[in-house]
Amino acid sequence: MSILVDKHTKIICQGITGKSGLFHSQQCRAYAKEHRPGEDVFVGGCTPGKGGTEIDGFPVFNTVEQAVHKTGANCSLIFVPPPFAADAILEAADAGIGLIVCITEGIPVLDMARVKRAMITSKSRLIGPNCPGIITPGVAKIGIMPGYIHKIGSAGLISKSGTLTYEAAWQLGNIGMGQSTAVGIGGDPIIGTTYIDLLAMFQADPKTESILMIGEIGGNAEIEAAGYIKSHVTKPVAAFIAGATAPPGKRMGHAGAIISGGSGTAAEKQAALESAGVIVAQSPADMGTALKRAIDQRK
Amino acid sequence: MKIHEYQAKQLLAAAGVKTPRGIVAHTADEAAAACTQLGSDVAVVKSQIHAGGRGKGTFKQHPDQRGVVLVKSAQAAKDNAARMLGSTLVTIQTGPEGKVVSTLLIEEGLKIVRELYLGVVVDRESGGPILIASTEGGMDIEVVAHKTPEKILQEPFDVEAGLRGFQARNVAYRLGLEGASVRAAEKLFSQLCQFFVDRDCSMVEINPLVVTADGDLIVGDAKVTFDDNAMFRHQDLLPLRDLTEEEPMEVQAQASGLSYVKLDGNLGCLVNGAGLAMSTMDIIKYHGGAPANFLDVGGGANVEQVTEAFRIILADPNVKGILVNIFGGIMKCDTIVTALLTAYDTIGIKVPLVVRLEGTNVELARKMLAESGKPITVGTDLTDAAKKAVKSLGA
Repeated sequence: MSILVDKHTKIICQGITGKSGLFHSQQCRAYAKEHRPGEDVFVGGCTPGKGGTEIDGFPVFNTVEQAVHKTGANCSLIFVPPPFAADAILEAADAGIGLIVCITEGIPVLDMARVKRAMITSKSRLIGPNCPGIITPGVAKIGIMPGYIHKIGSAGLISKSGTLTYEAAWQLGNIGMGQSTAVGIGGDPIIGTTYIDLLAMFQADPKTESILMIGEIGGNAEIEAAGYIKSHVTKPVAAFIAGATAPPGKRMGHAGAIISGGSGTAAEKQAALESAGVIVAQSPADMGTALKRAIDQRK
Repeated sequence: MKIHEYQAKQLLAAAGVKTPRGIVAHTADEAAAACTQLGSDVAVVKSQIHAGGRGKGTFKQHPDQRGVVLVKSAQAAKDNAARMLGSTLVTIQTGPEGKVVSTLLIEEGLKIVRELYLGVVVDRESGGPILIASTEGGMDIEVVAHKTPEKILQEPFDVEAGLRGFQARNVAYRLGLEGASVRAAEKLFSQLCQFFVDRDCSMVEINPLVVTADGDLIVGDAKVTFDDNAMFRHQDLLPLRDLTEEEPMEVQAQASGLSYVKLDGNLGCLVNGAGLAMSTMDIIKYHGGAPANFLDVGGGANVEQVTEAFRIILADPNVKGILVNIFGGIMKCDTIVTALLTAYDTIGIKVPLVVRLEGTNVELARKMLAESGKPITVGTDLTDAAKKAVKSLGA
């Protein structure tokens, strides 16, 4: 078991004929071939106007609806440029795609507000945008993370940031810990799936024994997550909050990473998490060992 | 993207929002003429810089001169303008270096009965825009929110439908408005929320919103910022950008696809990924150093970008050492090292350089670094690299 992704997941890529879309589709397909030889995991892609063609062996469709009809896809990886990405997310939801992973960075925030509103009644789950995607090691990689750093294991990993997720997965690997599933939720102000959604899934997943949560300055999602952990999560949890040294009012790369109105600081997030019994790494070099400590503490 | 108060007011006025009559001046004579033309008993002379706190701010060259002043004659407008224009205004938001004032807004004085606060931002919790209002206008709203959170009213509204009439009335009555002011508020709140959505703003702040003697509502001050990600559909707004208000190196970085923020420390950092870049700043501080910048070269940095990144870091005279922290995921470490060595030769880096590499092809990359013969220190992991980099500054 794992969360969100299993052996029934069939992936397409929206924007597969773009440079990044194609490259990462190839990488995801290679990962699937290596771990599940002979199975069809990455089944094609979409680009309006290129339907009926093929690119590096991937069948290309004009619409997600056609792709779903022909391939049975139930997951979409989105690499559509920012001006069209919100439409692409809604197209996937409309076509009945269950898991939508949007990698695109730089989507206007009000476009995401419209997506959020339109998806209230949808059964689809959106991961991202502006995220590295999701990986269930040994099963499927749906994103831009390097597959080999994620070892098979029992830690659930949730993160707002890309390379910091790799750093965490790497540190876990160095102390012999793999992941059940690793999910990048994205660093934008409005995102599809939140910490709380994933904490609930990891708590319910029998293969996940511990959870590592990586946050950053800005907003109060980590504080809400701390409240949820306190009342609902019984598994050991460790966390790291990036941006302790960031000055207020300056945006640190991610659209959401800004301390405004004196709130969203690393200090208040760390305090909230600690009061929920979470082991908080003070240094980004200690994310892996913090999770180890959280587990050992329960023994 | 930030704009000036006078630009914000012009845009709001065009959207039907009531703003004071005002004239922009670039010289003391223009300021005097504007004052005469307005013809009001009292006029306000307002420095136009992007930072807030102008009313309490003072000028480096004229310590008794405030950034916003009330004047009763054209001569007074002229005298104040002469001291303000070309001088450096320091406010709580500009930092000690301040900002040079080159534009003034001359406005008619208003008969102020009450001052309210209004703001529109994106609310992460409700996943959409939200109208924020308070009876405590003219104050620092962050202080109000902290000390008396019950005085902050919040009204999330639908991005498609806009602020509905009853929502505007609810806020108006809760602010204690009466009679004609309620009707004025209903109109103004809705216009403001619509403006926020139509123009893809990330913030609209009216502080104060002035209630006048005859019950009317007028925008006293206006701060508007736009969502950078949405500028592609607002090309008409691009000319409003004032590059002299921005950190030159941050502008240059943006042009090269790099994300750079200047900080006060002396250890430059070059990192891939925003989260890792922030964490690198954190670990430098954790080990007793002070980061000189945030710099994210992004996921697909090439030789040109890495070279430009070094150039930007080294343009800061405070930088006494550099820490490079790369987690090569999809990007291979040897690609980064090639870029690094090329940049090293092109620019001629004179300060100590500590490099920490991890990920794809790291062995090859480390070998390339070792064989390069350059005085580059290699950090074995994040902690080791941060410690070595901090130590290199003391040497």
